[in-house]
Amino acid sequence: MSFLLSHLLSIITFLPLLGAAFILVARGSEKTVANTARWVALIVTIVDFALTLLLWVKFDGTTAAFQFVERAAWMGNGISYHMGVDGISMLFIVLTGGLMPFCILASWESIKTRVGEYMIAFLVLETLMMGVFAALDLFLFYVFFEGGLIPMFVIIGVWGGKRRVYASFKFFLYTLLGSLFMLLAVLAMYFYAGTADIETIINTVHFPVAMQSLLWLGFFASFAVKMPMWPVHTWLPDAHVEAPTAGSVILAGILLKMGGYGFLRFSLPMFASASVTFTPLIFALSIIAIIYTSFVALAQEDVKKLIAYSSVAHMGFVTMGLFTLTQWGVDGGIFQMLSHGVVSAALFLCVGVIYDRMHTREISAYGGLVNRMPIYAACFMVFALANVGLPGTSGFVGEFLTMLGAFWVNTWVAIFAATGVILSAGYMLYLYWRVIFGELVKPALMTIKDLSLREFAILAPLVAVTILLGVYPKPIFDVTSASVAHLIAQHKAEVAFDQAPHQNQIKLASRGDVR
Amino acid sequence: MNIQADLLTLLPELILAIGAMAALLIGAVRGDKSTNFLSILMVLLMIAAGYFVLMAPDAGAFHGAFIVDGFSRFAKLVVLSSAALCVLMAQRFFEEEGRVRFELPVLIGLSTLGMMLMVSAANFVSLYLGLELQSLALYVLAAFNRDSQRSVEAGLKYFVLGALSSGMLLYGISLIYGFTGTTEFAGVAQVIKASGVGIGLIFGLVFLIAGLAFKLSAVPFHMWAPDVYEGAPTPIVAFFTTAAKVAAFAMFIRAIIIPFPDALHQWRQIIEFVSVLSMGLGAFAAIGQTNIKRLMAYSSIGHMGYALLGLAAGTVMGVQGMLFYLAFYAVTNIGVFVCIQAMRRDGEAVETISDLAGLARSRPRMAFALAALMLSLAGLPPLAGIFAKIYVFLAAVEAHLYVLAGLGFLASCVGAYYYLRIVKVMYFDEPAKPFDREMGRGMGTILALSTAFTVLFVFIPGPLIAAALTAAQALFR
Repeated sequence: MSFLLSHLLSIITFLPLLGAAFILVARGSEKTVANTARWVALIVTIVDFALTLLLWVKFDGTTAAFQFVERAAWMGNGISYHMGVDGISMLFIVLTGGLMPFCILASWESIKTRVGEYMIAFLVLETLMMGVFAALDLFLFYVFFEGGLIPMFVIIGVWGGKRRVYASFKFFLYTLLGSLFMLLAVLAMYFYAGTADIETIINTVHFPVAMQSLLWLGFFASFAVKMPMWPVHTWLPDAHVEAPTAGSVILAGILLKMGGYGFLRFSLPMFASASVTFTPLIFALSIIAIIYTSFVALAQEDVKKLIAYSSVAHMGFVTMGLFTLTQWGVDGGIFQMLSHGVVSAALFLCVGVIYDRMHTREISAYGGLVNRMPIYAACFMVFALANVGLPGTSGFVGEFLTMLGAFWVNTWVAIFAATGVILSAGYMLYLYWRVIFGELVKPALMTIKDLSLREFAILAPLVAVTILLGVYPKPIFDVTSASVAHLIAQHKAEVAFDQAPHQNQIKLASRGDVR
Repeated sequence: MNIQADLLTLLPELILAIGAMAALLIGAVRGDKSTNFLSILMVLLMIAAGYFVLMAPDAGAFHGAFIVDGFSRFAKLVVLSSAALCVLMAQRFFEEEGRVRFELPVLIGLSTLGMMLMVSAANFVSLYLGLELQSLALYVLAAFNRDSQRSVEAGLKYFVLGALSSGMLLYGISLIYGFTGTTEFAGVAQVIKASGVGIGLIFGLVFLIAGLAFKLSAVPFHMWAPDVYEGAPTPIVAFFTTAAKVAAFAMFIRAIIIPFPDALHQWRQIIEFVSVLSMGLGAFAAIGQTNIKRLMAYSSIGHMGYALLGLAAGTVMGVQGMLFYLAFYAVTNIGVFVCIQAMRRDGEAVETISDLAGLARSRPRMAFALAALMLSLAGLPPLAGIFAKIYVFLAAVEAHLYVLAGLGFLASCVGAYYYLRIVKVMYFDEPAKPFDREMGRGMGTILALSTAFTVLFVFIPGPLIAAALTAAQALFR
């Protein structure tokens, strides 16, 4: 048990990789391999989820320090294998662990070709995503962060829709270009700090203000694409539309959160003054994202595309909240990410349910589903309303807190953001009306079946989580608030430090060339 | 310094030289049917040479014209191991083609000998001797398929342009000699330190770099590479892009770092220029290629550009990064060419990228290996390639060459496109007619090793990085 606890993060991270290796060596006819792959993937992801829950139970929410820390030699010269979580990152690991079994279950029947490879891609992806949230070394983080591109590229490209090749290349090259700028910033930071250790850099290293701006922009290039923020969001609708259901779930549920997590882990604490400088830019882009992409969503004819654009709008709330640098805003931003991770994932799973039956995502191909699929309609409604941000669902808490933070900092930002809430109600309810309500007149829909037991088992827990978090969000804030408070205090101290130039020079001189 | 001690220092080279000549005699007597035996003999000789390279202490021989140090040890081991693998690949390739000739292992052996001399040369004369020994053998190897028009054309092109570059190199050397009065690397450095860099010396330096850049196929001296790579037999191309590139690069590094440390600003500009152009051309020109060997030629040009970033830095970290980069590049390329060599349909070698269509279904393991190697070349974590890139870029950032590093990143993003395209063809496209047969156990093992290095490097990066550091420090002592 003590071994388990002292290496919990590594075990959580690399367990899926072991599962992938197991599937890789599985032999037999195509059918047995496919079955083995499904079961191995399911069991591994469920065990991994259980371990992440253990992580949550054993996590101490009263401190902002990194916990479950592991260190080992890796590349040498201040670059080490350093893992650990604090209140900011821990819940993302739980979210990743929680969504993966649903992805595997959602692909149980819809993926028929090359099942082994599919499951391997997902398990490898899980390892890389876990690593992103657990890594406490710049290079380690980069390896995990960018490594996720390869399995996602394959998932979209092999099991995707008609324009899968275009979508996968667009996804890949967009993200790659962004993260290469981040790598350049990482190299510069490594030389200045003499170490790649994230904890050390946050706590002891102070970058000069001019350098901060460049580094901030380098990281911004990567996180803005990943988030995605307007105007570099255009890869997302394509990727979502073409990806298989589980791919969309991971994309919306986890990969988009890496951008927000990156802002929290790097931009805000390490480049405090630059973050303040660029806050107006972030606010402007967030508001454009909230309003503009909401309008775009309103005009969509494709269900997945609509949800993809709504994701961009929701991520706008997140960036806005994070850069208010208030306890409400940051807590709300994290909560919004977690909630969106569950809700958007659930929405994509809902789309997957009808797509598996009808093989189309055109909104106009549906209508009146409530007549034949009442349970489905009920589940879909919960998620649609959560996406709107109805009080009592998880979507409300995050949106409310981020706007509270925005109102505190800048009234205009809050006013503009609030229009997004109305617009989101517009496009979601319009979508729900067109797909679910009305007369059941389309002949193809006459024989459509309601949720199977497997599908119900997938959606029911997500409904429960959505409502539970909306009614009782305290468990989340118990974890995050200490770390967020620490982050904000630290940020304020750093900014104050930069504004006292006299002192600044002394600190820099005393540190000298750390290398 | 007596002659025995000098010869003992040269022991690995002597083993190869005597062995190659013995092999030539055996071949002349026994004819082409002894080729298999000779190939194995040559591999064993290379292993023996490698053992002595590893064991030999640091030393200089022939009044410092030949040097054994950590740097030469690292480069020689990479050269020898890739050469040995190329011998095995070539044996297999020509057996399948039905054109086995006993000269093949002998020529590879002699060429490798030249490379080892290049790597250890600490004098412009010994450098030139090694280079010519290597080049002459390579010219013949390029034209080894003498019934194939393309192969002969490749050989001839290589020869004519190679001779031109050797001429430039010699001219540069003669100018350097004329203005410093010595051909020794260390001597040149002393003269420059004492009397500065004159205009004549800069002329010599420029010609020297031009000649050396030609051997690396760095832009603007790259024109020969795509044609020669396309025409020459596949395992020979593997030899060109691995052992020959590593040796030429190691020679380049030593011939710039040791004699011209005080002319850093003069040569850095040239190297930066060559590096940026190589990265850019390698990235953009490869996009339109349909022949995979031509594509690999442009990829090779690009990678030389990345590696040159480390030289532009001119620091220990730069050399460390370059050596690491070359080792990664050699290992990866061997694997890639094993795959290209296995592309045979109806008894003919096929070379277009579309021939790989749907390989993931007909040959899943080969497709996985090739995909991993391609993505590693593209510089994607967690594969080995990104670590090599990180180190050369680190060196560039350390030397404050931010613009250069930024351009390098842009080029690598463009370059990622064509590597991805190969993955796309193999995984996303509908299967073409499958290849004739499996690649065989021997080739499969080589490919597996190369892939294992690529995929598993992330777990144990320490040893190779440390070895490259030791090698680089030897140069700056």
